Amino acid sequence: MASDSDSDGGFVTFGTPLEPLEEDEPLRKPVPLHEQTVKDEKGRYQRFHGAFTGGFSAGYFNTVGTKEGWTPATFVSSRQQKAGRQNARPEDFMDEEDLGDHGIAPRQITTTADFASGRKDVIRDKARAITSLSAPIPGDTVLEDLVAPARSSMGVELLRKMGWKDGQGVGPRVKRRLCKQRADSATRAFGSASPPNGSSESQDEEDGEFLPENVTFAPKDVTPIDFTPKVDLHGLGYRGLNPLAALRGGPGAGHINLFTMDSDRTNSLFGEDRKGHRRRGGVAGQGFGVGAMEDDDEDIYHRDIMSNYDTVLGGEEPGDGLYGWTAPQQYNRTKKDHSKDAAYLGKILEGFTLASDKLETKTIFPPPNLPRDFRPVHYFRPVVDLSSVSPMVAQALQTSRGHMAQEEPSKGGRHQLDSAQRRELLGEATLQGPSSVFDLLKVEDRERLSGLRRPSSDTSSGPRQPTPGEARAAVVAAGVAAAAARASAQKALSSRFAPQAEQQQQEALSVWSGPTAQAQTGQTFKPFERTPHKQARYDLYIDQLKQGDRDALELSLDPTMTEWERGRERDEFVRAALLYKPSSSSLSCRFTRGKQDDGVEADTVEVTRDQENDVDDKQAAVKMKMFGKLTRDTFEWHPDNLLCKRFNIPDPYPGSGFVGMPKVKRDKFSVFNFLTVSESPTASASPAPQGVKPSEPGKRSRWDVSGQAGDKERKEKDPVSEFLSVARIEASGSGPEASTTDGPTTDPTVEPDTEQKDEEEEEEEEEESRPSMDLFKAIFVSSSDEKSSSSSEGESEEEEEEKEEGVRSKAGTGPQISNQLNVNTTQPAPPVSAIPSQHPDVVFKTPSGPAAVPPPRDQEMEEEEFGPRLPPPSSTLTVERRPSLTPSAKDDKHKKKCKEKHKAKKHGKNKKDKKVRGKQLNPGE
Amino acid sequence: RVSGVFHPLIFSRPTSFSLPVSFSPTLSLSPPPLSFSADGNYLLSCGSDKSLKLWSVSRGTLLKTYSGHGYEVLDADGSYDNSQLCSCSSDKTVILWDVATGQVTRKLRGHAGKVNCVQFNEEATVILSGSIDGTVRCWDTRSRKFDPIQILDEAQDGVSSLKVSEHELLTGSVDGRVRRYDLRMGQLHVDFINSPITCVCFSADGQCTLTSSLDSTVRLLDKSTGEMLGEYTGHKMKGYKLDCCLSSKDTHVLSCSEDGHVYCWDLVEGSLMLKLPVGKAVVQSLSFHPSETRLLTAMEGRVQVWGAEPEETEEDVVVVQQEKA
Repeated sequence: MASDSDSDGGFVTFGTPLEPLEEDEPLRKPVPLHEQTVKDEKGRYQRFHGAFTGGFSAGYFNTVGTKEGWTPATFVSSRQQKAGRQNARPEDFMDEEDLGDHGIAPRQITTTADFASGRKDVIRDKARAITSLSAPIPGDTVLEDLVAPARSSMGVELLRKMGWKDGQGVGPRVKRRLCKQRADSATRAFGSASPPNGSSESQDEEDGEFLPENVTFAPKDVTPIDFTPKVDLHGLGYRGLNPLAALRGGPGAGHINLFTMDSDRTNSLFGEDRKGHRRRGGVAGQGFGVGAMEDDDEDIYHRDIMSNYDTVLGGEEPGDGLYGWTAPQQYNRTKKDHSKDAAYLGKILEGFTLASDKLETKTIFPPPNLPRDFRPVHYFRPVVDLSSVSPMVAQALQTSRGHMAQEEPSKGGRHQLDSAQRRELLGEATLQGPSSVFDLLKVEDRERLSGLRRPSSDTSSGPRQPTPGEARAAVVAAGVAAAAARASAQKALSSRFAPQAEQQQQEALSVWSGPTAQAQTGQTFKPFERTPHKQARYDLYIDQLKQGDRDALELSLDPTMTEWERGRERDEFVRAALLYKPSSSSLSCRFTRGKQDDGVEADTVEVTRDQENDVDDKQAAVKMKMFGKLTRDTFEWHPDNLLCKRFNIPDPYPGSGFVGMPKVKRDKFSVFNFLTVSESPTASASPAPQGVKPSEPGKRSRWDVSGQAGDKERKEKDPVSEFLSVARIEASGSGPEASTTDGPTTDPTVEPDTEQKDEEEEEEEEEESRPSMDLFKAIFVSSSDEKSSSSSEGESEEEEEEKEEGVRSKAGTGPQISNQLNVNTTQPAPPVSAIPSQHPDVVFKTPSGPAAVPPPRDQEMEEEEFGPRLPPPSSTLTVERRPSLTPSAKDDKHKKKCKEKHKAKKHGKNKKDKKVRGKQLNPGE
Repeated sequence: RVSGVFHPLIFSRPTSFSLPVSFSPTLSLSPPPLSFSADGNYLLSCGSDKSLKLWSVSRGTLLKTYSGHGYEVLDADGSYDNSQLCSCSSDKTVILWDVATGQVTRKLRGHAGKVNCVQFNEEATVILSGSIDGTVRCWDTRSRKFDPIQILDEAQDGVSSLKVSEHELLTGSVDGRVRRYDLRMGQLHVDFINSPITCVCFSADGQCTLTSSLDSTVRLLDKSTGEMLGEYTGHKMKGYKLDCCLSSKDTHVLSCSEDGHVYCWDLVEGSLMLKLPVGKAVVQSLSFHPSETRLLTAMEGRVQVWGAEPEETEEDVVVVQQEKA
């Protein structure tokens, strides 16, 4: 208890107060943190934890009991000391802490039951409820209550002593008038404490006008509204057996009404019973039957009466402050009527009272106001087919109604409409794409086309029939001008049949005269194939259409036919032309123009920017063992940044956005793809002295041949010249025979057998180099060769060439020494000393001497082998050589070789070889 | 016997490593190619039995078997510290192994065809693998990414051989070109050989490259200019992907041959010094000890270590055998 001392003012103190500070005392050592502990009275550490135990430790260090643990109680009973009945209460298991201020069962001073103001002890009630629940029969506590004395609280006793009577209010007595006033003020209700039957009696009294002046009344009791929450599981309104009622006899009903009215409940609040009722003992009520002492057994079984219940929700009097009051209502109602009558100012007829309900007034809506010019008559316009009516009438109808009944009689139905017409009808916007293929054309082309078309349209514009739109416009215009009405109507009449055919003709024209249609030369559809004449006429018509001729139809028809036939055919042609119009025009609007120009002619591919040099060059260089510049390509290459990091190397191209080799976009098929310019001119056909090398394993070093035992420094010099000179030496050393025998196998144009495995690869290379051949032939070959070179390539040509070969071999003297080139170039190879070790070109200029080879061949061979890289030989050289074109003694040998070669290899490079030869020979022979 | 034309081989270590002894004789067994790992005490063989085997060179005993590939193993390499192995296989994968435990550390997929050759870089931070699909893929062993760092797709045909030096990457391709990627300069040098390349090597001094191709020629090219410094012929190499290598001091050039011999030429002279008869079948692979005069050869499931004395007395030191799958 905190409030034991008044000075505390109700504050609760907890813990030990700080010691007062003394001035002169030296500062104490502060208590270290780990020693700042809280202990309870027993010296146990108090730890703050757990909300359920009030925040402190429970038991002994969160266990139960003491340091020694929990000691169970032992049953001890002796003769001197009888063991009492062990009745364990919850408090037995609580220690001081639990019973303290902050415990779970704090002790405090409360009013005893005797002085409690009507309220029962909460704990006791709860305990009783618990035991009743646990009892075998719910409500078992009844027996306990039966023996309990009836008690009234101290307050009630005091009030009685002061003259208070049950059912009265508390307070000074009031006069009748005041009492009535209060009742009228509707702030309180009458006699809530009065029983239902009693209340009616008192009501009757009050209703009477007799009121002695000096009589005072006790104030009406105010019933506290009982808002006790419903905590049980019984049904609404169920109260169970009332032990009090059972003891003293039920209320007037004679039985315990389980469904008591509120008035009963209020009575029971005071714990009193009603006087004047016959008191009966014993338990009565539902399920109890009638005891032997009871005389009447009529009402054993509860028969509930509906009048006990309210039939209307919230139907109580307004003004009645008593919630839940369900007493008979006559009293209040009459009183209300009276007040109403009194409130009425006018005179009330006798025998009548004021109506409680107001009469409802009917609301009547006025009819709507008619507009001034409304005529209550409706007439229907007749639907007139324009085609069956004179134009004047049609015009009149049109003007009067603003539209025709059948706007486009020619259209037939909606199924005949195309998308454009539907679009017009629906008022939709045109598609965004190019509406026709013309939009896709360049301006110049469009102009050119329109220029082509204009003359024809100009010529035909004279007799041209007006289009239906124009006709319609004319009709409308004629309607305005009454004078011209007749003429224009005539015109419209004349063009009445025209619109359909004419429009279709226009359409066909526009469709077929498009450039895409023109491009579409191969017309596959032949609608009139059975009648060739008709088909021919149709084709003519289409042709005319394609040329944009406006009166193509008339031109293409057969004038000898009858008018009727021509009319039919006209219709058929137009329809067929429309039906099988080129699809491109109908599709053109479905596609949009590409953002990038990726047309067929501009096909680009991503290629690496740096292209490898020509493979032919390299192969030749490899043959000559001239590795180095010729065979090496160096490209820019970007390693990945992370790769550089992993290799512990700085990125050579910091910040470059890509890895690998730089790529560029290039045309897929462009001549420039094949125009790779090499810096170093290549030796075309110098012999590859493979056989020179000693084939048997020996101690002889390769470098011994050159007389200089291999020192690397020498090799560092100029590799090309170096190898070239070596080649020269060896070629001269091995003699012409060796070189000639070696010739075929080392010829660059004829692959050695050893390389057959590489055929695929080489064919690729060949294909790469082939276009350059043609290109440069076109450039370098004289015009006389053009004819032959322009001949188509193909297998047929190959066959031809084979034939030619045969002829040539027979002729024997033909200058077909194509593959001799290497021989020719090697044979005249001068001794090493004579050759300045220079650029390889020199090699090709020098062999002029005894060469038996016709120089043009020579040149062509060079071109063939190395394409554009060789500079064109000077004309003087060619002229010089020409006279020396005499069949040499070696021709036979070469021929043989050629044959052998052809036998050996029928494909591969020979194709090209043969082709070229054939071309060259054609003009010569 | 050997169905495929190209078999990967194992290579001796191209350049100087910081490790005192880095001995990598690699052998290729006939179906089982063979490769070696680690310092000169061990050799690694890989074969068509889908496994790698680690042998002790001196004793000729099998130390460990690494199995995990789904097809024949084509090439293998060891890291500089002998802690990791990498191998490649016909199953298109490259596998990184832990040497001690024999567990697969990483399985790298991405090649579209069988992987012919594989190589660690100097610090074993990158695995480079060349495949028949014509690409060289650079795999990162440091990160957890399974995508290659970079794909070198310049080759127009399968990559048959691959070597890594400090900052260079040498690849030989069936399209007849030797490509040298210089990471430091950011350049790619392409040397045209005109015959499918079977093996490429760096010389020990890093100045030259050795190239063997299917025209039965071994060529020594100057690395910087691409000039041919030497050409070695006499052996037969027309169908199989056979190895060539340089001796540890760059004095000799060695090459396998299909006639069952190992050919040894004097590097400078270009003359045939030795024709070592190994057996009757094709010598699949060979590798030279990085420091000592020892040679590994592989033929038909046998790996042989030759101790080539300077006075040319070869004695068969150890013969290890790997079962054919």
